[in-house]
Amino acid sequence: MSNNPKIPVSASRARILGLVVMLLAASILPAFSQEEIHSDSARHEGTKEEKFNVSEVILEHVMDSHTWHFFEGHYGTLFLPVIVRSEERGWEIFSSRNFYNEHHQVQAYNRYTLDHNKILLNEKPVLDLSITKNVLMLFINATLLIVIMFSVAKAYRARPGKAPSGLQSFIEPIVLFVKDEVVKPNIGPRYEKYLPYLLTLFFFILFGNLLGLLPGAANLTGNIAVTVTLAVLTFLLTNLSGNASYWKHIFWTPGVPLPLRVIIMPVEVIGIFTKPFSLMIRLFAAITAGHIVLLSLMCLTFLFRSWAVGFGSSVFVLFITLIELLVAGIQAYVFTLFSSLYIGLAIEEHGGGDHGGEHH
Amino acid sequence: MELLTPGTGLIFWQLVVFLALVFLLAKMAWKPILSGLKERETSIQDALDAAEKAKSEMAALKSDNEKLLREAREERDKILRDARSAASRLQDEAQALAKKSADKIIEDARAAIQTEKQAALRDVRNQVAQFSLEIAEKVIRKNLAGDKAQKELAETYIKDLKMN
Repeated sequence: MSNNPKIPVSASRARILGLVVMLLAASILPAFSQEEIHSDSARHEGTKEEKFNVSEVILEHVMDSHTWHFFEGHYGTLFLPVIVRSEERGWEIFSSRNFYNEHHQVQAYNRYTLDHNKILLNEKPVLDLSITKNVLMLFINATLLIVIMFSVAKAYRARPGKAPSGLQSFIEPIVLFVKDEVVKPNIGPRYEKYLPYLLTLFFFILFGNLLGLLPGAANLTGNIAVTVTLAVLTFLLTNLSGNASYWKHIFWTPGVPLPLRVIIMPVEVIGIFTKPFSLMIRLFAAITAGHIVLLSLMCLTFLFRSWAVGFGSSVFVLFITLIELLVAGIQAYVFTLFSSLYIGLAIEEHGGGDHGGEHH
Repeated sequence: MELLTPGTGLIFWQLVVFLALVFLLAKMAWKPILSGLKERETSIQDALDAAEKAKSEMAALKSDNEKLLREAREERDKILRDARSAASRLQDEAQALAKKSADKIIEDARAAIQTEKQAALRDVRNQVAQFSLEIAEKVIRKNLAGDKAQKELAETYIKDLKMN
């Protein structure tokens, strides 16, 4: 699928920025895989001090978990509830503390075993609806959104027609930006129906991205389960509101010679799925890559155990964090922009139907 | 690879929480926010429209005033012009009247002078005749003082008569 001509310049700029971040990640990561080998060999020597596996540390921070680890020590870890269902034993709820012994080593519990964050019962996978780190983060994100947006909404009810103040004047320009610059131009006159979904999408991703940058926070919007859910929702919304002309353009593109129609059809059908797929991958990759870059830079200090490197990497971390703040906004913007664009294309009215080839 | 495989639990929670969030925020947040924004937009637009209307009304009023002023000025000019022409007409009339009366006075005076002159001439003539008669009487009286003279005269007359 080629780029759509409707995409504004800023979107491509966002892409370039995302690319730059990913390239940075790519240029730094190989260095670490080498370090990993070193630290792996170091691990064999046994002492706890030497045991520093960069890749493990980074992945542990980036991925979901049944515990929320803040710092070393007895109170440093939050053990989250495990909710599982199996054919054999039905629903069961217990604390993930049961999976760890006093030395914080993984152990089996009640014939459940924890293997790479997957819970198995008698070596067989179970339905795991646990409140994991990211689920808790999701709750925090949702609560924050509700608290902030409700208080802003209250301000509109309390002071109708007045100039915004406080939190309201911070949120209002963003709402207006999403409404007037992202949704309205891409969807067209019937944008209001889709506005609640797209506004929620934008703020959910924005808040998730920003919260994820906090120290100790979970990488919610950089988790593929989150992005796949959002992408599927956009996919459903797009295709369920697609009009006759949208489907006609996909299956029997008007204004194109017959042999070409046959070629275009599968491309268009694939296009239906690549659109949400790109949404899913873009957000996941941009946020996860950012986290990996930041964590890698931080790990440099612990690898080299040097003040100079610590200082240097701190400076880098500062700058990358600033870039990440930018990326947080840009990715929320891009996801909302493309969702609006796809919905807009699906509900667009075509006058004569003889201007095929206008899309893609 | 684990990074790329979405967890079922998180998908489930994400779906539930996100849909609940969309529903809740749509009802409780976006609706009042968007309607508040729209309300404010319309109120601002109304205020702008009202200001624009007031401005155009002011302009109309101003042009009205100017028109009135212009009319008043024209009226004034017309009145002045009329007054001026009336004044000059009055002046002309007065002048004509004065000339006429002066002419009449002169005419009367002339006529009076003429009459006086005639009267004076008549008087003079009468007096001359009087004087002549008196002179003649005196002369005659002197000439006819003796008989001889009377005789001579009588003879003269007779001679005249005879000759006739």
